[in-house]
Amino acid sequence: MASITIGLMDPPYESANTPTAFRIIDAAIRAGHHVNVFLYEGAVGLGFSGQKPHANPVKGTTAEEEDHPNPKDWVSGLFALARERGTRLDWVNCGLCVDERGLEAQVEGARRGSPADLWKMAEASEGFLFISTR
Amino acid sequence: MQYLLIESQSTWDSGSVAYFYGLAADLAAGGNEVTLYLVQNGVMTARSGAQDGRLASVARTVRVLADDFSLRERAIGPEALIAGVACSPIDAVVALLAGGAKTLWH
Repeated sequence: MASITIGLMDPPYESANTPTAFRIIDAAIRAGHHVNVFLYEGAVGLGFSGQKPHANPVKGTTAEEEDHPNPKDWVSGLFALARERGTRLDWVNCGLCVDERGLEAQVEGARRGSPADLWKMAEASEGFLFISTR
Repeated sequence: MQYLLIESQSTWDSGSVAYFYGLAADLAAGGNEVTLYLVQNGVMTARSGAQDGRLASVARTVRVLADDFSLRERAIGPEALIAGVACSPIDAVVALLAGGAKTLWH
């Protein structure tokens, strides 16, 4: 069992990098590894609990019919998977980035930190991957 | 030293992709164990019909893997990949990370 640290910067709903990152985190947890995730800049919105599914008035469809995935549910799903597999998922938001965006309301399990946490987590991990915005 | 280079763009997305391929080749030439993992639009260059020989050149000295999910999203079958590129689940990325490979994303 190893520790892997992943840093993300892309905000929700904007980049294919986000689902790829979630796939890597999911695969790492399934393989039994501990995973640290550091959210920087717009990525702190991924765990924002105020995300809402919505209807599409142009197509006349309801929110249920649209069935939009919200990243906050993916984050909660990863926490549930980690509990089920007996591994640790540490989801650390850059506190200043959260304050700037007013995104204090986060899903259960997410915590506040700073870039110093990223450095410490990376130092203590076998693997480190940072996915920056383009 | 073990390196994992993850390419998320195609050579038609950005001119800097060629430099990333070059980095992979140079690291391999320096005696390192290098994996170039193609994901998202990065897999587009691996199609056998693509008119770009740079990836094929890299694949002669570097282990090149193409993300299975990204291939399926783009309706590219494993049989349509150029020589030297293999279809791979994203577990390969996890295994390399867990094994301590130095990892770069582009």
